[in-house]
Amino acid sequence: MEFTRRDTLGLALGAAALTVLPFRANAAAEDAIAEFTGGADMAEGGVTLTAPEIAENGNTVPIEVSAPGAAAIMVLATGNPEPGVATFNFGPLAAVQSASTRIRLAGTQDVVAIAKLADGSFAKASATVKVTIGGCGG
Amino acid sequence: MAASALVGASGFGNWARLAAQQALSQDQLLEFDTFGNISLIHITDIHAQLKPIYFREPEVNLGVGANKGFVPHITGADFRKAYGIADGSPTAYALTHDDFSALAQTYGRVGGLDRVATVVNAIRADRPDALLLDGGDTWHGSYTCHHTAGQDMVNVMNALKPDAMTFHWEFTLGSDRVNEIVEGLPFAALGQNIFDAEWDEPAEMFKPYKFFDRGGAKVAVIGQAFPYMPIANPGWMFPEYSFGIRDENMQAMVDEVRAAGADVVVILSHNGFDVDKKMAGKVSGIDVILSGHTHDALPEPVLIGQTHIIASGSNGKFVSRVDLDVRGGQMMGLKHKLIPIFSDVIAPDPAMTALIDEQRAPYATELAEVIGRTDSLLYRRGNFNGTWDDLICDALISEREADIAMSPGVRWGPSLRPGDDITREDIWNVTSMSYGQAYRTEMTGEFIKVILEDVADNIFNPDPYYQQGGDMVRVGGLGYRIDITQPQGARISEMTLLKTGEAIDPAKTYVVAGWASVNEGTEGPMIWDVVESHIRKQGTVTVNPNNSVNVVGV
Repeated sequence: MEFTRRDTLGLALGAAALTVLPFRANAAAEDAIAEFTGGADMAEGGVTLTAPEIAENGNTVPIEVSAPGAAAIMVLATGNPEPGVATFNFGPLAAVQSASTRIRLAGTQDVVAIAKLADGSFAKASATVKVTIGGCGG
Repeated sequence: MAASALVGASGFGNWARLAAQQALSQDQLLEFDTFGNISLIHITDIHAQLKPIYFREPEVNLGVGANKGFVPHITGADFRKAYGIADGSPTAYALTHDDFSALAQTYGRVGGLDRVATVVNAIRADRPDALLLDGGDTWHGSYTCHHTAGQDMVNVMNALKPDAMTFHWEFTLGSDRVNEIVEGLPFAALGQNIFDAEWDEPAEMFKPYKFFDRGGAKVAVIGQAFPYMPIANPGWMFPEYSFGIRDENMQAMVDEVRAAGADVVVILSHNGFDVDKKMAGKVSGIDVILSGHTHDALPEPVLIGQTHIIASGSNGKFVSRVDLDVRGGQMMGLKHKLIPIFSDVIAPDPAMTALIDEQRAPYATELAEVIGRTDSLLYRRGNFNGTWDDLICDALISEREADIAMSPGVRWGPSLRPGDDITREDIWNVTSMSYGQAYRTEMTGEFIKVILEDVADNIFNPDPYYQQGGDMVRVGGLGYRIDITQPQGARISEMTLLKTGEAIDPAKTYVVAGWASVNEGTEGPMIWDVVESHIRKQGTVTVNPNNSVNVVGV
């Protein structure tokens, strides 16, 4: 069984984005990570990813990443057909190493932020963002 | 007094009142040795119930993950045992579901904002500067509230003089109306998580917190609106606003008020109980969370670390009094009482009665019209079904000629006893909303499963931050099995079309009628008209026991 957001748009309750199952991280996401880190280990901590637990609108989900001292932060939507979202590069004169943007999520999935820190090591943070039909809270 | 002694007696006339008054007194209900230097009064989720009502608490309220088996996820005898409540006692009637119809005869109605006013006034007599805090879901839920776009509730609550409020269903009045009311509110409208959707910055109209100088201490009250408003309710009605839990921002606000000299930090929350528990474990520096949204009524605070969480019920049935001893920037102690508002025991405040009646007067004839009568106890609360929604689903199937009906898993709506008349007001109390269109559409079996799985995950996701706080969508004409321990996509099975007994075919199309769609442009007659028409045809309604949902993994 597979529903895409587009399939459900025409259905009565489907105007809000939805999918059936949480999307799994795909091979493209793993490749992108390997390319960014060169296969290096990633520490937990050192990068902060702020994202809503449940998206109000899967088409435009606000996220924020920050990693003090980082040279670059890569953001991936691991369940999207094209998982690459953005890579933020911070020059030596950047006052803060943080960025916010809005991303599109095809369904419930993990969003991942990987930072390349000043010492050349890598740090990773992830957050599950749920995309739901909603409509029954009370 | 044994409840059974009075079961055979008439519940009409003065019998109920006399019985309730013999068992209880206003003095007993209000008895409280004033403690410390600050008093908080919490009321929440009134859902526009100005007048006394009956309200049956849930029989089924399942917890998952870390919350399995903990309050508020215990009910009935287990709940009474946990708190040492005697069977058949007034407290058993107020807090648990068993023998509801019989106990209702004995102890009568609950709530009524004129009774609430008496309680608030009595607490203020003990402590004149007590803070009255309204947890929201106030301007929604009745015939008069709908027809006045919330003005009846605004007028009555203003007379109660709250100090602050937070929000949920209020936003379903539409953002223009909400803005109009909030601009004129004589008290603080709070929500640290109410953001401007376009800029993702705090919304100007709603402040995150307010300081109050009370008892020689500085009290910070931080608001937390319902986090999932644009998901659980129609976001197109308030597109300028964004919400979310935003516990990073909550931590920032707690730190900010502490740095500004707050001696005690109180969160006025519409998160729902399990979300509040999780937040209390993640955000440090909160002394008290006044919890709303999930309609739980708990006779004792729940302590998470140093944070006391207070749950004060719904529909005007309870008021919590919380006295705090705050000295030298620290909370040294807390004393709490959940006060059930027994309407036949607590004297109404005459000025408030007059004000309430004034709001209702223009609609008196419409409100009072008897549409039918019920042979069955009509109630809503429960994770999977309630008799009110069974009746509403019957109405949808019959009036809209559908195979399957869906009714939203909301938790508001008072109860009616067997033998009671059903008035138009009663129907509106369980259906009124600003998006009440009853749609009729075709759905494949596969899509119906998608809906059930999606809603089930909003209740049974083991992480409370991924829950929305309602109950399962109620269904008519459809049976299913649900394993609440499974992940999304694997909870629902054995879906059956009840009228034929056949399994639901994923590829086949079924006619589905429902109401309260969050989609803009939903078409159909209003649900209250559908239900009224159905009840009128029945005359007397009987709701048979509903065994069509097979729950496993409890």
